[in-house]
Amino acid sequence: MNRNELQEVVTPAQSILVSTRPGEQSAGAPGSSGLSIDIVVNRQRRQLDVDPRASLLDLVRDHLHLMGTKKGCDHGQCGACTVHLDGRRVVSCLMLALQADGREVTTIEGLAGPNGSLHVMQQAFIDHDALQCGYCTPGQIMSAVACVREGHANSVAGIREYMSGNLCRCGAYVGIVAAIQDAAPRMQGAEP
Amino acid sequence: MRSFAYARPLTVMAAVQALADASPHARIIAGGTTLYDLMKLNIEAPQALVDVSRLGELTTFDTSGTRELVFGAMARMSDIAADRTLQTDYPALAESLWLAASPQVRNMATVGGNLLQRTRCAYFRGGAPYPCNKRQPGSGCAAIGGLDRSHAILGTSTSCVAVYPGDWAVALAAFDAQLDTVSPRGERTIPIDELHREPGETPHLETILKPDELIVRIRVPVTVAGRASTYHKIRDRASYAFALASAAVALRVDGDTVREARIALGGVATRPWRARDAERALMGGALTEGSARAAGELAFTAARTGQYNRFKVELGARTIAEALMIAKGRAKTS
Repeated sequence: MNRNELQEVVTPAQSILVSTRPGEQSAGAPGSSGLSIDIVVNRQRRQLDVDPRASLLDLVRDHLHLMGTKKGCDHGQCGACTVHLDGRRVVSCLMLALQADGREVTTIEGLAGPNGSLHVMQQAFIDHDALQCGYCTPGQIMSAVACVREGHANSVAGIREYMSGNLCRCGAYVGIVAAIQDAAPRMQGAEP
Repeated sequence: MRSFAYARPLTVMAAVQALADASPHARIIAGGTTLYDLMKLNIEAPQALVDVSRLGELTTFDTSGTRELVFGAMARMSDIAADRTLQTDYPALAESLWLAASPQVRNMATVGGNLLQRTRCAYFRGGAPYPCNKRQPGSGCAAIGGLDRSHAILGTSTSCVAVYPGDWAVALAAFDAQLDTVSPRGERTIPIDELHREPGETPHLETILKPDELIVRIRVPVTVAGRASTYHKIRDRASYAFALASAAVALRVDGDTVREARIALGGVATRPWRARDAERALMGGALTEGSARAAGELAFTAARTGQYNRFKVELGARTIAEALMIAKGRAKTS
C-alpha cells in the first residue's frame, strides 16, 4: 500500500498536515522546526521536518546533502534541478518539498546501478562529450532518461523538442542530442 | 519568502472546508508552477496555502463523451496533451498544451491552475524600482512607454498592457468551454469567456473567481469543428517560449464554404481574446489565402500599439491567416 492510500485510510478528517500559524523560521534552514514529511529518495525512505517554504530542490541539497541536483535559475526556466517524481521528470525548484510528501524521488545519484556502474545515458554523455562545464549535466541526464522512457527520443526533432526544458549555456547541444540518440536504443534493451 | 500555514485536503469536500476555515488571505496551490514562483519573487505572499494537488477525484478526464469533453481540474497538462482522441479530434486543444512550457513543467502544472497563470510582464515580475498597477494598485505602469515588445495590443488600458501568457485558455475560448467551480458558498458554472477580466482600472483583478473558489472541472461541448482545428503559436525560439502571437482556430466547412469559424488569440491581448469580427467575416464565404488574410487583419482593427510592439499587428494577422489554412487542410483530410 502506498502512502497516498494510507492517508486516505487513516485520516478521518480527510485533511492532513494543517500547520497552526505562520512561523518565524528562516527559509529553508536545515533542521528548522517545520512540517514532517515522509519521502522515498533514491529507493531510501526518509522522514524529515521541512520548513514549509523549502523547495524539493532545497530538500534534496540542503537536507539530504545530495549535491548532484543543481540550482540554476530557481524559477523553473533552466532545468538544472530536474529530478524524477514518481517516475516523471519535474523541476524540483518549483515544487514545495511539502508537495513531495509520500512520493518517490530519483535524483542523478540514484541513476547508477547498485554497484556504481554508470547508467547507459551517463556513459553516453561521456562518450559524446555532451558537456563542457557540467553544471547543467545532471538535469540534462535526468531529462534525457525521461525523454527516452516517454518515447520522445525517436528522432532528432523529437529529442530537440522534448529536451527544450534544459538549457546549456556552454552550448553542448549537439553532443547532448548525439548522446541521447546513442543511448535510446540501448536503454530500451537495458531497462525493464 | 514569508512563511505560511499549510493545509492539504484529500477530497473536494475537505478542500471547501479548508477554504472556509482559512484566512481570507489564503491562496489555493495546485501544481505551484506560477504561485510558488511568484512567492519566491515576493510578488505573492499568502498567509496560508490550501494545497489541492491531492484531490484524486479531480485528476481524471474523459474525451470520449458524445456531448462534451470533461477535464478534471487537477489533471496534468502532459497527461491531457498525450491523449490520442484529443490529438485526433481536437488538435487545437492538444497542441495548446504540448506547445506550452517545458516537459517538466507540463508534468507538474494542472489544467485548472494553468488557466490562472499570471503574466510574464518583466515589470510585474521584476519588482522595484519599477511601478506596476497589477503588483501594487495605483503605483503606475512601467511597461507603458517602456520596453513593451512582448506586451498586449488588444484589451489594454491606461493602467496595464500586460499579456495573458497562457495557451490552453486560448484554445478553450475558441471552443466555448465552461468551468465548474466550488466554494464555501456553493457551486457555479462559468463560461470561459467570462473567466478573465480586461485590466481596466483594476489590473490586479485578473479573473472573476473569488479567492476561496476552486475550479473543479473544465467542460468542452463536442463539435465537429474540433477535427479541423489548430493552435498556431509563434515564438522567438522554436520551443519553450511564450507566444508573441498565437491563434486557436477551428472550422466547419461545406465544400469550400465556411459554415463555422472559431478564432481565439493569445500573446497579443490582456486576456484570452475571441476574434468574433474575424469569425463573422469568414462565414458563408470561401476560405482562400486572401479571405484568411483579410480576417486576420480585421481581428486587429482595434489594436493599440506601444513603442516596440507594433509588429504584433502584422504578425498577429499572419498568424491567424496561417492557422486558418492549417485548419482548412485538416478539414479536407478528416
